[in-house]
Amino acid sequence: MAALLELAGITKRYPGVVANHDVSLEVAEGEIQALLGENGAGKSTLMKIVYGLVRQDEGEIRWKGQAVTENSPVLARHRGIGMVFQHFTLFETLTVAENVALGLDPQAAGPDLPARIRDLATRYGLAVDPMAPVWSLSVGERQRVEIVRCLLQSPRLLIMDEPTSVLTPQEADGLFATLRRLASEGCAVLYISHKLEEIRSLCHAATVLRGGKVVARCDPTRETARSLAALMIGKAPPELAHRPSRSDGPVVLKVRDLSLRPSDPHGTNLRRIGFEIHAGEIVGVAGVAGNGQRELLRALSGEDPRAPQAAIELAGQPVGDLNPRRRRDLGLSFVPEERLGRGAAPKLSLALNALLTGNRHKLTRAGLIDAKAIDRRAAEIIRHFGVRAAGTHAEAASLSGGNLQKFIVGRELYEDPKLLIAAHPTWGVDVGAATMIREEMLALRDRGGAVLLFSEELEELFLLADRIAVMFHGMLSPPTPIRELTPESVGLLMGGAGFDEGDAGRAQAH
Amino acid sequence: MLRLTRRADPSRTLEIAAPLLAVALTLVVAALLFLALGKNPLDAFRAMFWRPVQDLYGLTELGVKVTPLILCAVGLAIGFRAAVWNIGAEGQLIVGAVAAGATALQFGEEASGPLPWVLPLVMGTLGGMAWGAIPAFLKTRFNANEILVSLMLAYVGGLTLQYMVHGPLKDPMSFGFPQSASFTEPARLPVLLETTRLHVGFALALIAAVLAWVFVTRSYQGFVFRLSGEAIEAAAYAGFSRTKVVWGSFLISGGLAGLAGAAEVAGPIGQLQPSISPGYGFAAIIVAFLGRLHPIGIVAAALLMGLFYVGGEIAQMELQLPIAITGVFQGLLLFFLLGADSFVRWRLVVAEKR
Repeated sequence: MAALLELAGITKRYPGVVANHDVSLEVAEGEIQALLGENGAGKSTLMKIVYGLVRQDEGEIRWKGQAVTENSPVLARHRGIGMVFQHFTLFETLTVAENVALGLDPQAAGPDLPARIRDLATRYGLAVDPMAPVWSLSVGERQRVEIVRCLLQSPRLLIMDEPTSVLTPQEADGLFATLRRLASEGCAVLYISHKLEEIRSLCHAATVLRGGKVVARCDPTRETARSLAALMIGKAPPELAHRPSRSDGPVVLKVRDLSLRPSDPHGTNLRRIGFEIHAGEIVGVAGVAGNGQRELLRALSGEDPRAPQAAIELAGQPVGDLNPRRRRDLGLSFVPEERLGRGAAPKLSLALNALLTGNRHKLTRAGLIDAKAIDRRAAEIIRHFGVRAAGTHAEAASLSGGNLQKFIVGRELYEDPKLLIAAHPTWGVDVGAATMIREEMLALRDRGGAVLLFSEELEELFLLADRIAVMFHGMLSPPTPIRELTPESVGLLMGGAGFDEGDAGRAQAH
Repeated sequence: MLRLTRRADPSRTLEIAAPLLAVALTLVVAALLFLALGKNPLDAFRAMFWRPVQDLYGLTELGVKVTPLILCAVGLAIGFRAAVWNIGAEGQLIVGAVAAGATALQFGEEASGPLPWVLPLVMGTLGGMAWGAIPAFLKTRFNANEILVSLMLAYVGGLTLQYMVHGPLKDPMSFGFPQSASFTEPARLPVLLETTRLHVGFALALIAAVLAWVFVTRSYQGFVFRLSGEAIEAAAYAGFSRTKVVWGSFLISGGLAGLAGAAEVAGPIGQLQPSISPGYGFAAIIVAFLGRLHPIGIVAAALLMGLFYVGGEIAQMELQLPIAITGVFQGLLLFFLLGADSFVRWRLVVAEKR
């Protein structure tokens, strides 16, 4: 089969970093090819070059054997390339059909558009109502709208950028069926991901990028998840097995009937959330992004102190309306989902970032910063957690994502918290750092600390958590011991099965 | 097509050199300006920059001029580092002067001890704080833009002074002139050097600069202010209240501006007049940025800016140059400083068409 798309020697430099270095690859018609790599390996840049959003410094793109000289998203679409982005580009106030029409040539968007959308949707198993306003759609439905929008232009190549990070397992299965169907009709798919299992089950070929270079090409069906990970990070990943909790201590965090309107108009209402965490256990919170996790995290951390005082109890004290520092004094630590800008101040040194949430009584004297103490503290965190940094005076922004995350986790664990709340602590972190962060959370639990772990990766939750709860539309299912759960049952909860929306009540896990 | 792109790694050396470059470019353009006006640039520069520092009296006059500049600028810099944009130091200075003047007028010739001159300084500081509290309140309560509010209040402050010297505080013996009575001797600021006008305010300004230096570089609160300005989400995550930082910035900068105004009227001026400041509060914004928002840099920048004021007056008297020359120098300097700063952080590229 002749190559549909051919990249030869693509190089793209940004100030201070080479995003792609001499990258070559070929995609044939009807092939689902994975582009595999860690965060920052250059996958997205490469795809933006193909789609005409970014221009390469060197190298050539060939489409059906012809060299591409002029490129832009419009030209790419005319050639038959469609791209579904990680972040959607839909207008909330318009209907599905109106949104789709905006992406089409005016002559292609006739009055028969809703019917055509319905046809396509049935053919590929993409349940979408063309007349529904986008704001009413779930994230999975929005993604289907994006895909329909691409398919209306009969693409020859579809680029999917980390599509499953916002889907429940069931939704992901539906997506895979659609992609297989497309491939059987001759459409090629370039599939960007770092999730190894789904690549193994879906893709015919994989190109592995590391540090902007192609380091391997393989047939993922013949590899194991471990061998793929080894290709991706360049060494065998350390292994971590589930260890059940040994003890069940006193209640550390108790949330009772917590309902809260969002402070941001596009936020999610929290609805009658209630649960308890005991010392010495890890409770995992699963859920598709945007179901109230952000809002719940802010209410728990104290960044949003609008909750009724009694709704949240920390170590026996009502704290619902206390600010984050007062809660920290009671033994709370928090690793937020955004590292740079929230978990750490980008332009400040690591030493000052150690002061950010460090106990000020130990790090200051008479209102003045104890420069030696914060330096020592930062150095200890760096050493203990193997943070790769130029020193304690390096700016936080100069660290890679994984290293900064290790630093933040290390800082939050330093004062041995009673409760650690961690939001996606291994998101976008390389495998080695992720393993270390997971080990540290287990170690804290084994020392008698409690951990509340929010994650979108079920594998991680089943690996670490003793009990798992699911968030859906601002509600939380009761935390259930993992031996009573399967990834499938959690997946169903993530999709809303078992939640009673009517009286905004609690869900039943079974 | 010309385009600005961000430099990956701006040079630290250039960041520090940018103000020097701006001063040099200002002098070059000024020289051209003097030529165009038919004056010898060297004569003009000598009159502006050499004559003022030739003798002790000139130096002390420079000290008088830099006092309000330093006081206003170190206060503003603390706020600017926290991304709280108080543009209205001029108004806070004027209201501080009014409060100080009203207090000073209560003391007769028979008063003794330090109270007659200390109390006006205290009241002036409080007056400036009160004027700064208005934008702080509107910002934290209604999220009103503090740049606009503080700037507009500067004009309200100016009109308040007009009202005071035309009305309640007008001297009945002034033959209709809009001004207050002269303050009595005990209510005037002591001078530091006999026969000069250099007053205690100058010492206070230097102390303020040192305290501000400790605050921004060493103190925990200074760290909180900086954090709030640079990474507001991180500050919220750590539990530091933005409201407190906005209030703190306005009270510190307003109070110091008020103190500057009090020192002006109780020091060199000695009474309330319709005009008590040639725009010190606005010039202090330039001084703060020229000094890299660093208290020690600000002292150096204030000396330069003070030289523009003193030198501008001499150039006016000796070379018949318009007094607007001071404003022109300030404008040129700010323009070149902003330009130099931009090029330190950004690079001009001739881009091919996309």
